[in-house]
Amino acid sequence: MKPAATSNWNFALLRRATTDSFRKLDPRALWANPVIFATAAGAAAVTVVALNDLLHGHLSGFTLQITLWLWFTVLFANFAEAIAEGRGKAQADALKRARADTFARLLKDGVEQRVAAPDLRKGDTVVCEARDVVPADGEVIEGIASVDESAITGESAPVVRESGGDRSAVTGGTRVLSDRIVIRVTVEPGGGFLDRMIGLVEGASRQRTPNEIALGILLVAMTLIFLAVVGTLPLFAHYSETLAVQTGAVDVSLTVLVALFVCLIPTTIGGLLSAIGISGIDRLIRRNVIATSGRAVEAAGDIDVLMLDKTGTITLGNRQATEFIPAPGIANERLAAAAQLASLADETPEGRSIVVLAKEKFSIRERVVAAPHATFIPFAAQTRMSGVDLDGTSIRKGAAESVRDWVVAQGGTYPTEVAATVDRIGKAGGTPLVVAEGREVLGVIYLKDVVKGGIKERFAELRRMGIRTVMITGDNPLTAAAIAAEAGVDDFLAQATPEMKLQRIRHEQAQGRLVAMTGDGTNDAPALAQADVGVAMNTGTQAAREAGNMVDLDSNPTKLIEIVEIGKQLLMTRGALTTFSIANDVAKYFAIIPAMFAGLYAINGGVTGPLGTLNLMALHSPQSAILSAVVFNALIIIALVPLALRGVTYRALPAANLLRRNLLIYGVGGLVAPFIGIKAIDVALVALHLA
Amino acid sequence: MNVSDFTYLALFVAVLVAVTAPLGRWLAAVLRGEPPIWLRWLIPVERGLYRLAGIRPDEEMSWRHYTGAILVFNLLGGVLIFVLQLFQAKLPLNPQNFSAVPLGIAVNTAVSFLTNTNWQAYSGESSLSYLTQMAGLGVQNFLSAATGLAVMAALARGLSRKSAHSIGNFWADLVRPTVYLLVPLSFGFAVVLVAQGVVMSFNPYVHAVTLAGTDQLIPLGPAASQIAIKQLGTNGGGFFGLNSAHPFENPTPLSNFLQALALLALPAACVYAYGLLAGARRHAWVIYGVMLAFFLGALGLSLWSEYSSPGSAALALEGKEVRFGITPSVLWANATTVASNGSVNAMHSSLSPLGGGIALFNILLGEIIFGGIGSGLYGMVMMILLAVFLAGLMVGRTPEYLGKKIEAFEIRLAAIAVLLPCAAVLFGCAISFATEAGRSAVGNAGPHALTEIVYAWASMANNNGSAFGSLTATGDWYTWGGSVVMLLGRFGVIIPVLAIAGSLAAKKTVPPSSGTFPTDGPLFAVLLGGVIIIVAALTYFPALTLGPVLEHLLLAAGRSF
Repeated sequence: MKPAATSNWNFALLRRATTDSFRKLDPRALWANPVIFATAAGAAAVTVVALNDLLHGHLSGFTLQITLWLWFTVLFANFAEAIAEGRGKAQADALKRARADTFARLLKDGVEQRVAAPDLRKGDTVVCEARDVVPADGEVIEGIASVDESAITGESAPVVRESGGDRSAVTGGTRVLSDRIVIRVTVEPGGGFLDRMIGLVEGASRQRTPNEIALGILLVAMTLIFLAVVGTLPLFAHYSETLAVQTGAVDVSLTVLVALFVCLIPTTIGGLLSAIGISGIDRLIRRNVIATSGRAVEAAGDIDVLMLDKTGTITLGNRQATEFIPAPGIANERLAAAAQLASLADETPEGRSIVVLAKEKFSIRERVVAAPHATFIPFAAQTRMSGVDLDGTSIRKGAAESVRDWVVAQGGTYPTEVAATVDRIGKAGGTPLVVAEGREVLGVIYLKDVVKGGIKERFAELRRMGIRTVMITGDNPLTAAAIAAEAGVDDFLAQATPEMKLQRIRHEQAQGRLVAMTGDGTNDAPALAQADVGVAMNTGTQAAREAGNMVDLDSNPTKLIEIVEIGKQLLMTRGALTTFSIANDVAKYFAIIPAMFAGLYAINGGVTGPLGTLNLMALHSPQSAILSAVVFNALIIIALVPLALRGVTYRALPAANLLRRNLLIYGVGGLVAPFIGIKAIDVALVALHLA
Repeated sequence: MNVSDFTYLALFVAVLVAVTAPLGRWLAAVLRGEPPIWLRWLIPVERGLYRLAGIRPDEEMSWRHYTGAILVFNLLGGVLIFVLQLFQAKLPLNPQNFSAVPLGIAVNTAVSFLTNTNWQAYSGESSLSYLTQMAGLGVQNFLSAATGLAVMAALARGLSRKSAHSIGNFWADLVRPTVYLLVPLSFGFAVVLVAQGVVMSFNPYVHAVTLAGTDQLIPLGPAASQIAIKQLGTNGGGFFGLNSAHPFENPTPLSNFLQALALLALPAACVYAYGLLAGARRHAWVIYGVMLAFFLGALGLSLWSEYSSPGSAALALEGKEVRFGITPSVLWANATTVASNGSVNAMHSSLSPLGGGIALFNILLGEIIFGGIGSGLYGMVMMILLAVFLAGLMVGRTPEYLGKKIEAFEIRLAAIAVLLPCAAVLFGCAISFATEAGRSAVGNAGPHALTEIVYAWASMANNNGSAFGSLTATGDWYTWGGSVVMLLGRFGVIIPVLAIAGSLAAKKTVPPSSGTFPTDGPLFAVLLGGVIIIVAALTYFPALTLGPVLEHLLLAAGRSF
């Protein structure tokens, strides 16, 4: 499931898609896409005409070519869908291998039984030991084990799964590497994570999303109106012939009418619509995010508020030493050296960061302290200090009050400047650690949350797109405010409890906003379920994974931002290609209508009447004009397949700028491009003596 | 064209724009149920009407209930006109002793007036009694206009309400604009018209002997009161057959100027009122700008075509009233076709091919460039929904309009509202071309004949009501087919609009952000204009090509029809 290293256009994929595009000619399959169904119906009608002509021995090259190109139009549309599905199918095949032929060790009344994995029901209890494949999704209810989840995450490093707490979920198809766990199955057969994932990537369970359905309706409406336009056209033509007293001046053969109809109906977007949707989900999968429905991907584009956990998303995760502030009369180096010494045995991230800071700032090397004459004092909740006793001196670092009491107890004094520094750091949202050597206070270490590089710019980008960010943290409001200001989030929720999160989401939703959040714990489940887009971490609990509508296999909370971008890109692609498709019609009219009606009111003996003026592209002949439009209409589908699969270029811009940009490219471009394209095809057809 | 022509046009546009905001504020206040202070003395009239009909004006209606009320009310209105026509011989105020109107024409006329179309298969002065004109047509002139305003108010409520289940009370929406706006305004305007020489009389027609010694019957009637609302309510049905070209209906250049202004004033004010009611004033001005641009564009093209047509200036006056001249006639032709008014002061058939084609195109746009009173605005909103849906995705969000998500239900109904009139025009034309009944009604040759038929169906299906010229509209096909098409064009739009209003009212409102699709800037204006042109152009490209465009090209080549 890692991002595909190989090209998306490998030969096997293309071959599979090609055969699939013929298989999709089945009318029942075509019916799902009314625009393409109408195209196929038109192609079938013209085929009957062509066969009839053939039987009577007067099949023209024109009719033959129109027939072929109409079928190409249908095939190209099928191909677009097939190639999008093909990429998913390749991934599904890999997943299916993980599921194949697993046996489960079912525990029934304490007795172990060997059953086939698909026979497991929800609530069954199974045992897994080293080298066993987990037979179904479930929750560890006993024991601890390391599990290889590479089959679904692609991550080769094993993860720990244990009963109780937030790491209790196991996924069917993963392999236990060590130890023994007892699992309670939490899904019915076929409803497992892997099954859903396979269904999703195969496109089998892909339901059309609400917006896709609405767009589909609009495309049907356009097809109907063009059916009315083309259906009534022969009567307009005959009446015009009567008025001009020129019977037979207008070619309203079925071939020409179907050609016009197919050119006018939105075949471009109709043919690419499902490919756009499938590839949107595919893009998520490539980023190791599994969405349970396409609806969630669409909702991601609409998100107004992002609720982000501070830790891991906004900050690096742990507090880090950023500054040494010496007490009056103490050299900075001495403080740093003492602080480093006191932290040598401190394996917490905070402790490591102190050692690193001392090294970076003052080039104080990590000294190898021989064990015999150094006694390390580990941190204890009672003393709230840690440190080292070395060669008769004791160095301690810890909470301000504890160190003060320790110094005062030895008869030392606690400088007011240090107390002031401690206050200042606390107010700025940091954590002060006071360092003392014996009865002398050396100074303060400034520990603070370090905001991830680039995250502030990311939030600014989101803001430009109208998305607000809310930071969720368990910190006190003061600390939270300081970090919020530094990270540039729009709002924060301090000392957050799961209930507060849920409340906040409901509050935003009541005002009409759509909310996205990430979560992993069981207590996040209600909020995940309430959020419009809830991304559960794969490392999280089964409850969280069930509650969210997406699962991030990498368990990276920053992914939420990418998910929103993918959602937006999906919608933009759909809108851009719809606009392009409709704008194309203008040029096609200018190709076909003059071609059909140029003969009206032609002066005696001439071929071209006044309506020849509308032949703006100066196309060679009526037949070449109609043929060129049909060819263009078919080729444009294939030409746009890469764009449909890749998505239009995404930029973090305000809506007005995005609209201007896309309207210019796909609206104006859609008006102009076919004029050039049809003319070029016309020239080519004439050069090849095809028209 | 000379300086006075340009001055005339500039003055017209300036006054139109100037009256928009005051009239719009007035209209919005009335639709909110808060009549302006200087009309508060009419409150007892409003309350009295409710008491009389047993109505509680604050009772909220769901969209289905609201739609039901509209349909029943309009049906009854239609029946009344129908009955008056059939029995006018036995009823009072019939000094010329007109007999009953033939069935087909009576139905056509009833439908025509209840749908605010005012397509006239009859000629007023030679077939309708004063009572039929006044109690039937005159009354319906007010009520069909008020119906349009009610639907607009309901739509605005749907957009401004959040998670609501109702869209207002139809009876209140009907009574308030009638009592506080249409009647007072029409009364004032009628007085002005009378002062200009429009007749207002119950006397029998006057018999006169002309200088040439021939007998002439000079028709009279209570015309001024009906003409005021005919223009203000975008009805357009003339008291006399010649409509506003008749000297008793539109006697002077001043009356002409005022009537042309009156026919656009309220549709323009509707846009402003909609902005106030839906809470989107900037957006409303953008809509207004688009409408004005379309109107001025059409006007400019028509004038250019009219003045540059081959032939003498006298030829260009063919079919126009000399007392008005070319520029005011072309202005009127455009005003009456962008607004779904349909009254004429010149024969559109005699306009240059492009000028007539533009009048036709104005109608084919769907009567949404100012359009009918109320109906122009809600028709435009349907187009906006399509525009927002098509292009809205391009900003990376599912489409929304004024904070409301546009989903499958809205799109299906907006598509129906746009599609039905289009289909009605296309099939009406096709059947006319195919049948003797359709073809024989035509009084012209060449592409001009085709235009005439397309114009007729466009006018009926879009509830405009003007005719291109010499079409004989009294045959069964045009009267009965026309009746069906007028009903489709009116209620095929009203019902979807109300359903959309109901659906939108029930939705939450998404607060705007910089990620929201902008509907209040010049970019949206360009987009909306593009969608309007493309929808109309794509649907009618063949029809327009084979009619006006072909005729224009032939004229350029020296052939006229």
